[in-house]
Amino acid sequence: MSTESNKAEPNEADSNSGLLGTLLALFDIRNVIGALLSIYGVILLLMGLFGDPEVEKTGGPNANLWAGIVLLVIGAIFIAWGVLKPVVPDAPHPGDKE
Amino acid sequence: MHTGILAADTLIQANAVDYLLIAIYFAFVLGIGFLASRGMSSSVDFFLSGRSLPAWVTGLAFISANLGAVEIMGMSATGAQLGLPTVHYFWIGAVPAMLFLGVVMMPFYYGSKVRSVPEFMKRRFGTGAHLVNAISFAVAQLLIAGINLYLLGSIVHALLGWPLWVALIVAALIVLSYITLGGLKAAIYNEVLQFFVIVAALLPLTILGLYNVGGWDGLASKIEAASAANPDTVASAAGQLNSWPGTALTGFSSDILSVVGIVFGLGFVLSFGYWTTNFVEVQRAMAADSISAARKTPIIGAFPKMFVPFITILPGMIAAVLVTELADFKASGGEAQIAGGAGGNVNYNDSLLLLMRDLLPNGLLGLALAGLLAAFMAGMAANVSAFNTVVSFDLIQEYIIKDRPDEFYVRLGRWATVSATAIAIFTAALASNFSNIMDYLQTLFGFFNAPLFATFILGMFWKRMTATAGWAGLVSGTLAAVLVGVLSDGTLGGLSVGVLPLSGQGASFVAAGAAFVVDIIVSVIVSLVTKPKPEGSLKGLVYSETPKEDLVDAEDAGRPWYARPVPLAGVALVMVIILNVIF
Repeated sequence: MSTESNKAEPNEADSNSGLLGTLLALFDIRNVIGALLSIYGVILLLMGLFGDPEVEKTGGPNANLWAGIVLLVIGAIFIAWGVLKPVVPDAPHPGDKE
Repeated sequence: MHTGILAADTLIQANAVDYLLIAIYFAFVLGIGFLASRGMSSSVDFFLSGRSLPAWVTGLAFISANLGAVEIMGMSATGAQLGLPTVHYFWIGAVPAMLFLGVVMMPFYYGSKVRSVPEFMKRRFGTGAHLVNAISFAVAQLLIAGINLYLLGSIVHALLGWPLWVALIVAALIVLSYITLGGLKAAIYNEVLQFFVIVAALLPLTILGLYNVGGWDGLASKIEAASAANPDTVASAAGQLNSWPGTALTGFSSDILSVVGIVFGLGFVLSFGYWTTNFVEVQRAMAADSISAARKTPIIGAFPKMFVPFITILPGMIAAVLVTELADFKASGGEAQIAGGAGGNVNYNDSLLLLMRDLLPNGLLGLALAGLLAAFMAGMAANVSAFNTVVSFDLIQEYIIKDRPDEFYVRLGRWATVSATAIAIFTAALASNFSNIMDYLQTLFGFFNAPLFATFILGMFWKRMTATAGWAGLVSGTLAAVLVGVLSDGTLGGLSVGVLPLSGQGASFVAAGAAFVVDIIVSVIVSLVTKPKPEGSLKGLVYSETPKEDLVDAEDAGRPWYARPVPLAGVALVMVIILNVIF
């Protein structure tokens, strides 16, 4: 049924070294999502702590601060998922582990 | 208030932090394209992503590929204008069809190992139907790419204050470079990422909007007040605050006809035609790692899809009462010429941008703009790449220039991408003439998709249906839809003569219904007088000719219920019925 999935994970990490190899090894969509959301979280958190909260626009709450915290938590969950259940190359059914 | 470098006279006042957030998003997008292109080894990798992705990834990509201009701007615009009945595009017009695709149709697509939806058409019906399908699909993609480009350009215009035509050309060049970087895997990864960025952009906007309007009760009372103040021009408050019967949406005066129009026209014909035969969508499921994951792709996608209205339609409704310009525009029945819109004067398509301007502090504003840019860019990229796949492989390789080496078609695909982008700039100009993008899109879907669904479903379950019936049904169905469009009142702008008293979405539903009925009738009559295909050639393509074990995943039996397609679809169906009852 899924014989194709064996050839679908090319051994690209073997043929690359240095920074590119490291990046390819980390190139799991969960890490990518986690990294982007965490970076956004940090920036918004800093804006919330040190920037103008612009309460005349938001109507009261410090929106940057709250959004930053939530983004950091969700980003951390994705990174933790990627670390705790890494993709095993050449696994027969990479899709069955969710 | 901040006074940004460029922000003096633009609609949106973005500062350096906002631009930083947008720049980070672009860096991620280009990084994904670069890394995905390094890990690519064959053309299967390029077109079907090696059939290697887990179901949650393809499931999110499945809805994300559609979470472009149509959903975000179109749905918030319709929400601002008509209110809650807009949810029918999700709960009636998408979820049931997605579940049907996963449960019934996906085994045929995945099991027959075709590379594209038109290729399935070719194997089932031969050359005529294949040509009609491939050409009409390619044309539709160009038109929709133009709409995405127009909205992308209007955001750049709002952000930087460039003239719209300059913004259009620059946005087109950005998308062009984005497409040429990676194959389907890069596209799918970007779509999954985009999904999270869009939710991160729209959810805070919605929550802040609700907070400022005084919760759902506050929104309801403000809508009632606005409607009572201008009863002649604004849809009734009851009509805006309840999803059924949705007469404001269909334009029908009768409640019963309106419900029939929504259930049959939108729910059955339009949405099944779109979701089950659109190659842009089906391609995502084909990239899954097993037949079970392929079936689960649209079913998993159905769960977030149900909740997308809360971050698109709801902020649109809030914008129509909170944003002064938009409230005035709505009170005038959409006639007032108020300066300050993204593309010129204010209209419903500006709902989200204006709400962002009014509510979001710098920081969140940048995140919100990144989300919008992401959505329209990915939407246009999906249209253009689907276009070049179909043009290069389904049309040119199949019929015009055969048997050249692989590199020839890759080069050809690049030129198809360039010309598609150029044409999209012109369709973008066309799209800017319609005040509400949804009308325009529904009209197009009605023309191209409604007859397709009729032909597919008849062809999958009736082995007697012949090759001639395949293309004859498609052509007559499309013509029937165009005819209804021309006869109706304003559906096709200046082309409509107004003989039928139908306008707006109602006309689209009727056009789709006409296309479906005409297609079925013509297909049946033509099949009965032409020669059927030989029995053996239909295995894997027609239900009665395919062994049952080819249509299911043998390993599914041992899995828990939540990992199997059919029970999962049942849960989704129950949830969507509950949502319909509540609202």
